[in-house]
Amino acid sequence: MGKNLFQKVWDDHVVGRLDNGQYQVFMALHLIHEVTSPQAFGMLKDKHLKVAYPKRTFATVDHIIPTDDQSRPLADDMAEQMIQVLSDATTEHGIEFFAPESGSQGIVHVVGPELGLTQPGMTICCGDSHTSTHGAFGCIALGIGTSQVRDVLASQTLAMDPLKVRRIRVEGKLSKGVTAKDVILHIIRILGVNGGVGYAYEYAGSVIDNMTMEERMTVCNMSIEGGARCGYINPDETTFEFLKGRERVPSGAAFDAAVEKWRSYASDADANYDDEVVIAAADIRPTVTWGITPGQAISIEESTPNPETSPDKALVTDALRYMQLEPDTPIKGTHIDVAFIGSCTNGRLSDFKAVAEVIKGKQVASGVRAIAVPGSEKVDKDARALGLDKVFEAAGFEWRKPGCSMCLAMNPDKLVGDEVCASSSNRNFIGRQGSSTGRTILMSPIMVAAAAVKGEVADAREVFGL
Amino acid sequence: MTGQTINRVGGKGVYVKGNDIDTDRIIPARFLKCVTFDELGPALFFDERFTSDGKSKGHVLDAPEHKGAAVLLSDDNFGCGSSREHAPQAIKKFGFEAVIAGSFAEIFHGNCTTLGIPCVVMQRADREKLGELLAEDPERDVVIDIEALKVTCANTSFDVTMKESAREAFLHATYDPLDTLMRQMDAINATAERLGYA
Ligand code: SF4
Repeated sequence: MGKNLFQKVWDDHVVGRLDNGQYQVFMALHLIHEVTSPQAFGMLKDKHLKVAYPKRTFATVDHIIPTDDQSRPLADDMAEQMIQVLSDATTEHGIEFFAPESGSQGIVHVVGPELGLTQPGMTICCGDSHTSTHGAFGCIALGIGTSQVRDVLASQTLAMDPLKVRRIRVEGKLSKGVTAKDVILHIIRILGVNGGVGYAYEYAGSVIDNMTMEERMTVCNMSIEGGARCGYINPDETTFEFLKGRERVPSGAAFDAAVEKWRSYASDADANYDDEVVIAAADIRPTVTWGITPGQAISIEESTPNPETSPDKALVTDALRYMQLEPDTPIKGTHIDVAFIGSCTNGRLSDFKAVAEVIKGKQVASGVRAIAVPGSEKVDKDARALGLDKVFEAAGFEWRKPGCSMCLAMNPDKLVGDEVCASSSNRNFIGRQGSSTGRTILMSPIMVAAAAVKGEVADAREVFGL
Repeated sequence: MTGQTINRVGGKGVYVKGNDIDTDRIIPARFLKCVTFDELGPALFFDERFTSDGKSKGHVLDAPEHKGAAVLLSDDNFGCGSSREHAPQAIKKFGFEAVIAGSFAEIFHGNCTTLGIPCVVMQRADREKLGELLAEDPERDVVIDIEALKVTCANTSFDVTMKESAREAFLHATYDPLDTLMRQMDAINATAERLGYA
């Protein structure tokens, strides 16, 4: 019996077994940011500890940074302080810091892959649940808490329980207008928001094989919304092609040697899985959420559920009430106030390219506030070079500076009151976008664009004639 | 040794009902602006407890009879969402010493364990029964016995489960793993060397 990628990477990185039965696992790459990591440096200081492997740790700022005026000191004192504490700590400990305007700043899960820091066969961790994004390259990529950030800073290791592996095969061909975001929303809808507890998800099948790296990142990003501890995709030619020539990737003969090694991490053909699910691509439609968890999703052609016929009546009732939606009502046509394109789920160059193609010559509906927030300084620069910012602005979007922005609204980009936001991000939790009564409808970037143009939840296939 | 052995925890209990209670609800993102966790207690479930102009919504956590509760009871998939340790930190600073739920999201569970907050899993029918006992008399003590995997309240005993590695860690005071990890520095360096990460 062969091994799957999770088992291979795990076995490679295990340092030893702990007394409580857990394993001590070496972390190949540690990414840190200003919201969950500064506190960990304080904990180190209390214990008089140093950073064990500063060269395996990289810092950026993303969560709190404003996307309009980034000049320092920031208008928000507390935000300024958090960035300063991180900046000082990285200087003190010799950690590389991708500061604003360094050209490499951006959302931590956009920056790692685009620099080529993220490489197949690595164990990667970051004090952020969407670290699962990096699994797209064939990594065990884990979101961790601040005390664990401290553990990794001090020892470059984590105490962990092993995971089971569920292979999710998406087979067939996606129809026009159906994107990677729809694939993962559909998977979560089917398997549930806690269906993945105890598992690593391995995404496979012809649909995944045919995806670009950007699309694979979108899928792996939301593993966490499906309850999985992490998600990954086996590295293949698409992966190696993406990495070739990246800033932090070896070149020449060293690259060829690296590819050889990376390839060896892919799951064996006869690998063993704890569970397997097959999903038909033909069943997947453009998908949107109607409720307050990412699993409360339906296709654009469907109606909101009825609590009376739902397994969890209380949750459905609460969700509809919060969203101010009626049961048994088509989701299409739901009024929106804000359109947000960005985040680590869908804030990469390919996302802005795809939207630019369809909104050229179209206009954002009056009364809709539409913002486009590139995931990193590189995405911003590349998009500008292609003139995408101009296309967005001509259509009525604001083109912002990079950051997490309205994905979690720790900066000034927030919903106001009970505004409804069509959002390309990954969470529709109560209050997620900065207002305790704000409402979020998750969807793909082109679906956000369609909603922006119509002023209501719309089918991108119809709006843009796809 | 990283702390005290944790075997029996308990005190008054309070039931915050609902499945899929996420970390944004447990602590809204604006409270993550902090460089230490010290002030997070009052922010627990803030938007569920207060209106935007700061008036109490009459949330169960603010009911006078539940003041000083040490055990938080909730339902399935508790703590889903972000990896923010601010969530268990707020729970702890608010005064809770343990959480009982139908199930837990994994990162949240791991964060709680490291902070010495036991998370135990209780079946739905038992949670309802325990909820009734607390509704009848909020002064009743809920006691969690980690060794025996039992929760008792008003002479009623419920079976609970717990991740074995967490249970071991509480019973042997190794739930904060840092010292244990640090002791392996030679093995860590050898692993780094072997993998070409040194
Ligand atoms: S974009 Fe959103 S989900 Fe991604 S790291 Fe930032 S806040 Fe988290």
